Amino acid sequence: MADLRYIEGYPEYMYELIKVIEKTRSKRKDYVPKQMTMEEREEVLKVHPDFASGGKRKIKIGVNKGDTAPFEVADLLEAYPLIDEGDVDIKKPDYDVDIMIIGGGLAGTTAGIWANIKGIPRERILLVNKLRHGDCNSIMAEGGTQAADRENDSPVIHFIDAIGGGHFTNKPDVLKSLVTDGPLVMEWLEELGALFDRNKDGTFVERWGGGTCRKRMHACKDYTGLEEFRVIKDEFQSRKIPTIEHKPVIELLTEDGRVTGAILANIETSEYQIVKAKTTIIATGGFGRLHIRGFPTTNHYGATFDGAVIAYRAGAKLRDTDTVQYHPTGAVFPPQIVGHLLTEKLRSMGAQPVNIKGEAFVFPLEPRDVEASAIIRECYVKNNGISTPAGLKGVWLDIPLIDVKNGKGTIDNAFPGMKRMFGRFDIDIAKNPVLIFPTLHYQNGGIETDPWGKTTLEGLWVAGEASGGVHGKNRLMGNSTLDCIVFGRKAGISTAEYIKSSKGGGKLTLKHLERYIKSLKEAEIPPERKTPILLPDYRGKKALARSIKIF
Amino acid sequence: MGEKKSIMDKIAESSRFFTTGIDDKDIEHWVTIHIMGRAYKVPAGLTLMQAMEYAGYRFITSCGCRGGFCGACATIYRNVGDYKLYAALACQTRVEDGMYLVQIPFVPAEKANYDIGEEDYDYTTIVKYYPEIARCVACNTCTKACPQDLEVMDYIQAILRGDFEKAAEGSFECIHCGMCAMRCPAGIVQYHIGQLVRRLYGRNAFKSPESLKKRVEEIKNEIYEKDFEKLLCASTEELKKLYTERKRESD
Ligand SMILES: Cc1cc2nc3c(=O)[nH]c(=O)nc-3n(C[C@H](O)[C@H](O)[C@H](O)COP(=O)(O)OP(=O)(O)OC[C@H]3O[C@@H](n4cnc5c(N)ncnc54)[C@H](O)[C@@H]3O)c2cc1C
Ligand code: FES
Repeated sequence: MADLRYIEGYPEYMYELIKVIEKTRSKRKDYVPKQMTMEEREEVLKVHPDFASGGKRKIKIGVNKGDTAPFEVADLLEAYPLIDEGDVDIKKPDYDVDIMIIGGGLAGTTAGIWANIKGIPRERILLVNKLRHGDCNSIMAEGGTQAADRENDSPVIHFIDAIGGGHFTNKPDVLKSLVTDGPLVMEWLEELGALFDRNKDGTFVERWGGGTCRKRMHACKDYTGLEEFRVIKDEFQSRKIPTIEHKPVIELLTEDGRVTGAILANIETSEYQIVKAKTTIIATGGFGRLHIRGFPTTNHYGATFDGAVIAYRAGAKLRDTDTVQYHPTGAVFPPQIVGHLLTEKLRSMGAQPVNIKGEAFVFPLEPRDVEASAIIRECYVKNNGISTPAGLKGVWLDIPLIDVKNGKGTIDNAFPGMKRMFGRFDIDIAKNPVLIFPTLHYQNGGIETDPWGKTTLEGLWVAGEASGGVHGKNRLMGNSTLDCIVFGRKAGISTAEYIKSSKGGGKLTLKHLERYIKSLKEAEIPPERKTPILLPDYRGKKALARSIKIF
Repeated sequence: MGEKKSIMDKIAESSRFFTTGIDDKDIEHWVTIHIMGRAYKVPAGLTLMQAMEYAGYRFITSCGCRGGFCGACATIYRNVGDYKLYAALACQTRVEDGMYLVQIPFVPAEKANYDIGEEDYDYTTIVKYYPEIARCVACNTCTKACPQDLEVMDYIQAILRGDFEKAAEGSFECIHCGMCAMRCPAGIVQYHIGQLVRRLYGRNAFKSPESLKKRVEEIKNEIYEKDFEKLLCASTEELKKLYTERKRESD
């Protein structure tokens, strides 16, 4: 690899290929491939990892027995707890609170604030984090947040966009909550002082998102999640709501089908602690680090499906476990950032996917699964992809076209984050295109919720990416950060009301594990398989092979 | 069917390097780095984070987003034959032969607590919560320590002049890794101050859009309820029809 000659960050042979696409750029300026018909969509989706054969099986035990899920997901559900009976003394809680929130991304952090606003004293709330508060997917959101606040738009139109994008599988009442609360959430973020992109008159700059028929994407340059999250976290911390870091929840505690608390483990010292809680909100985010079907991912280090695993054992129902979102545009070059996201906002502002021959081969803003499939087809069926020195394939994303369409300087101004990411490896995105391929991005399904974030289990709420239903089998861009803030807020309000009506609480037991372990044994699941996995393992093969236990 | 399966297999195979631990047999070029003083031979071209993992470290701290957004992986390093200390994000920086590095998993710094709606939109609010800002001697050490290459000192100086717009813009891409504060001889916590300024600016400098206010009113008055009642009992066929008949607003 190091022997290749590099020009402007690219190996010479790739740099030569860029000239091909430069030649067609002026023609493509005014040419946009047609949107696919429903039939064409169906056809191309056959190469989507969700629909291509293999990779999945039926879940063998638990509430969703018989449902289909990727191997990686089914394996985690069909697994033994990290603790054995007798390992822990659950009788004496270290914390006794009204609301325990598991996972402090946008969803969990918002939930804490709203529970506090609705009258739950700060010391009766507890936010528990596996990593630091803020090491999460939320902080990485780039492109934007949808909310129907422009004159020619409405929550109803937003609803129709989202349900079509979700292939009509979304839970309608939950989706209604999402779209109607969108503008309320924007108003709240504005009050908190979030810096959205604005026009001179104060109105929001709103742009296209894939699969929408209105421009309703609100962005903060290409650091939308960072800005939304740090403002919300600042508010949370200013309210002095207690937070614990580096202590993941490894199991829930229950009494008769009601969630009553949880077991935490200090990730450095392994010491366990017990939390007693009248209500619990799971906001643990997604599962990108499972590398489903062997795809690289955009997700943070802790995206390992823990919340669903522990809730499932306790008896909560999951939904849409069979679908996974692959973002159409993940980086495939340079190798240091493989899998990283190139925001959809690039395409909303005019960037085009282009093949090795310099042809624009797909409408740039199809729903994500369709767009991703078209790119896979271009590379692996039509063989119009470009290979990298590391052996990956991809197509170009013609980013410089944005400046051609909108004027010089647009890219620098709207995408400082992207520019920095590639600039670190000597690639100037305002000058040259970059190579992209679909990357594992989002957990479409999750723990089933109602319009207030309540799960099928008493005492247990869920919010954000960990939940299932609102996006059905495919989420649209900008609906996830919205989902987190809307349902974080709803879960906070709803748990607060529940507590005020003196409900909640109970004994701390692990009875649900006894039942679950019995069915694991009946299904002959290998006892070595233990979950939640908490973190992925990327240690080098050689170091791992020679690693011995000395303590 | 067989062919489709093989597409997935090909993708998984080609991505293996990035989804599991690295295998020596895939590597041609090597460099040596020193992690907390110990030398390790690692594949060339990796990020500091990937290189540490290759060497056998499994991160439990100092690793968050892996994408340059969270600041968990802040790292201090020095190159052989160079007297300077550099700060970098381990997940966004390539290994170079002879690096000496250590990670900073935590920054002990205090954040002020406030109710942003109650604070005055001017410099007095900043000195009330962070009086140490006045101790800035403009040494520029903070700027040199910033792995995002922000002009940290410039935004601190802008705050001292009361120019919140410049400060908000100058600090906008801050990921709160805390390296500026760790190096500041005056004990200023630049990133917390930047946050307060951005919130004050974001809350006070803009006129709220009329259409947003109007929409919020409409929602509170439940004017969309009737439409939703119909939508919630619509059949998939009816929804499909509504979806395909949508009119896309013009670009
Ligand atoms: C690169 C990227 C770009 C994106 N861009 C957009 C966009 O432009 N628009 C949009 O709408 N959406 C976008 N998304 C999706 C969106 O950001 C996420 O889906 C959403 O923010 C998830 O928020 P969350 O609060 O549910 O989970 P997260 O933000 O992931 O937070 C979950 C937290 O829970 C913690 N946790 C996990 N397990 C445990 C445990 N066992 N115990 C305690 N804590 C635990 C995690 O470490 C994490 O801190 C993007 C996602 C990524 C990765
Ligand atoms: S791990 Fe988040 S910035 Fe490096």
